[in-house]
Amino acid sequence: MLTVSMKVNEQAVSGEVEDRTLLVEFLRENLRLTGTHVGCDTSQCGACVVHVDGASVKSCTMLAVQADGCDVTTIEGLTNGAELHPMQQAFKDNHGLQCGFCTPGMVMSAIDIVNRNGSGVDEATVRKELEGNICRCTGYHNIVKAVQAGAKNMGG
Amino acid sequence: MYNFSYQKVTSVDDAVEAMQKADDGKFVAGGQTMLPTMKHRLASPSDVIDLGGIEDLKGICMDGDAISIGAMTTHAEVAASSDVQSAIPALAKLAGNIGDPAVRNRGTIGGSIANNDPAADYPAAVIALGATVKTNKREIAGDEFFTGMFETALEEDELITSISFPKTEAAAYMKFENPASRYAIVGVFVAKSGDEVKVVVTGATACEHRGMRL
Repeated sequence: MLTVSMKVNEQAVSGEVEDRTLLVEFLRENLRLTGTHVGCDTSQCGACVVHVDGASVKSCTMLAVQADGCDVTTIEGLTNGAELHPMQQAFKDNHGLQCGFCTPGMVMSAIDIVNRNGSGVDEATVRKELEGNICRCTGYHNIVKAVQAGAKNMGG
Repeated sequence: MYNFSYQKVTSVDDAVEAMQKADDGKFVAGGQTMLPTMKHRLASPSDVIDLGGIEDLKGICMDGDAISIGAMTTHAEVAASSDVQSAIPALAKLAGNIGDPAVRNRGTIGGSIANNDPAADYPAAVIALGATVKTNKREIAGDEFFTGMFETALEEDELITSISFPKTEAAAYMKFENPASRYAIVGVFVAKSGDEVKVVVTGATACEHRGMRL
């Protein structure tokens, strides 16, 4: 067993993991942060996207020990719980979800898209950059609308 | 995934030493292919030696008429590099179309080339651009590096340190991609240098088809 320490949602955490423990397993099973989902487990679907040192990663395709010393943000860390993050609010306002399973990963990827492309990000860019996030309900149309609306809201 | 012993190293020498001591070790770069492969139990190394802590293997620099890309440089970094964009724009574009943004934040050029997936994008660029693969032991011409499906000229305890791409007059890469993985069903890299035009096809065969020299 290995001891890993990292910052998750601004809080210092540590825990015992196997060498093979995935970051998503550490988040869900050790820390009980179950907002990060496992969909395909083969880095295709994006339900497990979190931010590691500010960049989006698929937490099913990174070992927990590889995040040792890193700064991790999950869907639970976007707000203090009293109100929604502007991107979450935009998904709600634009009906950007149906069953909701893919939503945490969509929102984390969406924020990463805005961080890199700015609040005026165009539709084509959003569609291209969401290639790694799969939704089986919505047909993506309202998700794309939500990301663009959320981008504007994040921009102030 | 079967369990293994994880080892983090901070230098190339330590990585090689760890590999020599390991029973059945494997280097892991970004892990975007290796971890899924291990989950499927298609690989079950005794030791996983993580190259992520070796700072010497990261970064992009101009080296005379060539651009040198460290083996542990991510696809996202290559795509966003102003040096790559101005020296060989086709290479930056290629990197920016591998996988998806989250995969590009972890996946590396060294990992992609060492894995030599028959549908990967980078190998076509390495051959067409006449790149040189630099390892801890030697320099290998791009033409001679890829030896077969998932096979390369690398020895067991040899690892890529950087890849040097000579500037080119003109180059372009296009792929017909798998909609789920963005791997090339077929991809063609064309590069013009002096009187020579090289055309390299990836995806369509077990190992990059060297195509034609026009």
